[in-house]
Amino acid sequence: MVAETVEPTTAAPYIAGDEAVLRVENLTKHFVKKRLGRPTTAVKAVSDVSFDLAPGETLGLVGESGCGKTTLSRLILRLIEPTSGRVIVEGKDVTRLSKRQLREFRQRVQVVFQDPYASLDPRQRVAASVAEPLTNSKLSSDEKLRIVHETLERMGLQRAQARLFPHQFSGGQRQRIGIARALSVTPKVLLLDEPVSALDVSIQAQVLKLLQELRDEYRLSYILISHDLSVVRHVSDRVMVMYLGRVVEMAPKEELYTAPRHPYTASLLSAAPVPDPDVERTRERIQLLGDPPNPASPPPGCAFHRRCFQAELVAQKLGDSEVTVLEDGRRVPRTCAEKQPVLVTQDATKHWSACHFPLSREAVATVTA
Amino acid sequence: MTVNSDRSDVVLDIERLRTRIETPRGVVHPVNDVSLQCRRGRTLAVVGESGSGKSMTFMSVLGLLPAGGTIESGTVRYQGREIDPTDKKAARQLRGKAIGIIFQDALAGLNPSFTVGQQIADVVRHHEGVSRAKAKEKAIETLGLVGIPNPRERADYYPHQLSGGMRQRVMIAMGVALRPQVLVADEPTTALDVTVQAQIMELLDGLRRELGMSLVIITHDLGVVARYAEEVAVMYGGRVVEHGEARQVLKNTVHPYTEALLRSSPRPDADVGELSPIPGQPPNLLAVPSGCSFHPRCHRANGRPECSRDIPLLRSLSPESQLTACHHAEEMALQKVSK
Repeated sequence: MVAETVEPTTAAPYIAGDEAVLRVENLTKHFVKKRLGRPTTAVKAVSDVSFDLAPGETLGLVGESGCGKTTLSRLILRLIEPTSGRVIVEGKDVTRLSKRQLREFRQRVQVVFQDPYASLDPRQRVAASVAEPLTNSKLSSDEKLRIVHETLERMGLQRAQARLFPHQFSGGQRQRIGIARALSVTPKVLLLDEPVSALDVSIQAQVLKLLQELRDEYRLSYILISHDLSVVRHVSDRVMVMYLGRVVEMAPKEELYTAPRHPYTASLLSAAPVPDPDVERTRERIQLLGDPPNPASPPPGCAFHRRCFQAELVAQKLGDSEVTVLEDGRRVPRTCAEKQPVLVTQDATKHWSACHFPLSREAVATVTA
Repeated sequence: MTVNSDRSDVVLDIERLRTRIETPRGVVHPVNDVSLQCRRGRTLAVVGESGSGKSMTFMSVLGLLPAGGTIESGTVRYQGREIDPTDKKAARQLRGKAIGIIFQDALAGLNPSFTVGQQIADVVRHHEGVSRAKAKEKAIETLGLVGIPNPRERADYYPHQLSGGMRQRVMIAMGVALRPQVLVADEPTTALDVTVQAQIMELLDGLRRELGMSLVIITHDLGVVARYAEEVAVMYGGRVVEHGEARQVLKNTVHPYTEALLRSSPRPDADVGELSPIPGQPPNLLAVPSGCSFHPRCHRANGRPECSRDIPLLRSLSPESQLTACHHAEEMALQKVSK
């Protein structure tokens, strides 16, 4: 066993201490593009990401496509090797496990995929799919079948349905089968990658509710990746916002949604439409300019400065010597264009952000009112 | 029609449309007695889950039904003239020129081996028979219209050289290249990042204003409806179940399905407490429940005989209110008032 004791570091948004079921330390993944066998450019998909997960906690992970959400989840599952950093599950460094130990680890951290149509083998009966994670266990086939039946029943499916094939189920039912498969080995951590976005609206609520019940029942910890900010708000305890491979903000849900400090978070929240015409027709929205930058050639300084409304506002009050003029003529503070902000917490709370000029509660009220 | 009985600005008028599709497993009616009006310069949202008939309604009008599909009854009028979508030649002329369409899977709609300018120019040449040079000019102009910077240069790009958001804009450019009177956007923002979603919706809304088009948004996102649509039709099991001004339908709904939809979705701006999921599943078109097709999932039906016996008519409760197809709409309205 490579059970290592891990020194707690204070300069990262850790909350769970020794209790943590999962702890990610300075995780970094650079994909190196090779040309004629020689490395040329590195895509910094994930840079210096640290966080932990308390038992029973749900951590929401949001960001635009290309922000590194998927790479981060693949690193956590150890489907790919990190460039540097560590993933610690129940005190063990996952990045150094041998093949055998890895098998055991795989039972602690399971994943539920987005597309319930693609993630189940169409030629395998449901029972076989759900039992698949149990392959390495020493259980007898009767015991395995008992687990399959029990798990399926807990998901609201019938015992007899274990003999059916995936095509005989609806999308919502298939997602339940996907969850059953992940839970058959009684994991501690469940990574939910867009678990409801392929489902109909009326079915989404059923699956979300089931996930919440399961979390409380088995004291599971979730990492919920979703582009739907409503879903993240509904399910998460804490939320982490990523931009171009880095964590730009992390806070308890309530804090993050009502008083975001990073202008990027504020822009994301402001872009999400609200199903109430009275609210929608009267509120101002922050329009984010352009697309996210290319992770192969990120802009210098803060990666967000070219799309940032706050940078422009701050620059208005600065003298010419403190301002950088961008290609499109917009003026931003020199600091934003040159210096990479670090993830810090200003008031020793659980609210972390990486911005040179974080928003105050009042500023948020004026831009989103 | 209490929503608006004035028909002078109606560009596309769909009346009592019923569509059938013969499948190997039996005959289905994905669109059943649907009436909708698209008005100049206005936005209509059509909301529903998969199998509700929201896309099929417009596919029928555009003559794009899958094999085995026909229009069984009903009429479609474009600018007052009756048209026959089953006439292939007529439908082809209607598509693009009169009614533009943006499909759900936008990125699959572009050919990877032609430049985007060429693909738009092809649309223009096919319909307008102009010279290649003129068609290309029009393509460049349209790329500019949809907010693509340096359109002259970008017209020579292949799809893979553009970002997802930009490709979505190219698809929209193809939809509006012929300056149609009606633009149908089928789930234009599904699976896009919220920021890109907002950009695309603002663009569509701006094009509607600029070109005076009638915009139809087919969506399941009630937030999009709240922000952009003046009018909304909620569909279930092939029928329109509630139809009226967006504000009425979303704030003062008198159909249990719409109410259930609102109560089952979380919101980005508030904590909603516990969600109330709708039990069961959307209806299977091969075996649509008798009477009101929502009755097996409806908490108001609760074994009442009329719900499983009679198909409810689409009617309005008062001259100003929206249309609803529920036997117990009065009861719902009364309970709302007493609350």
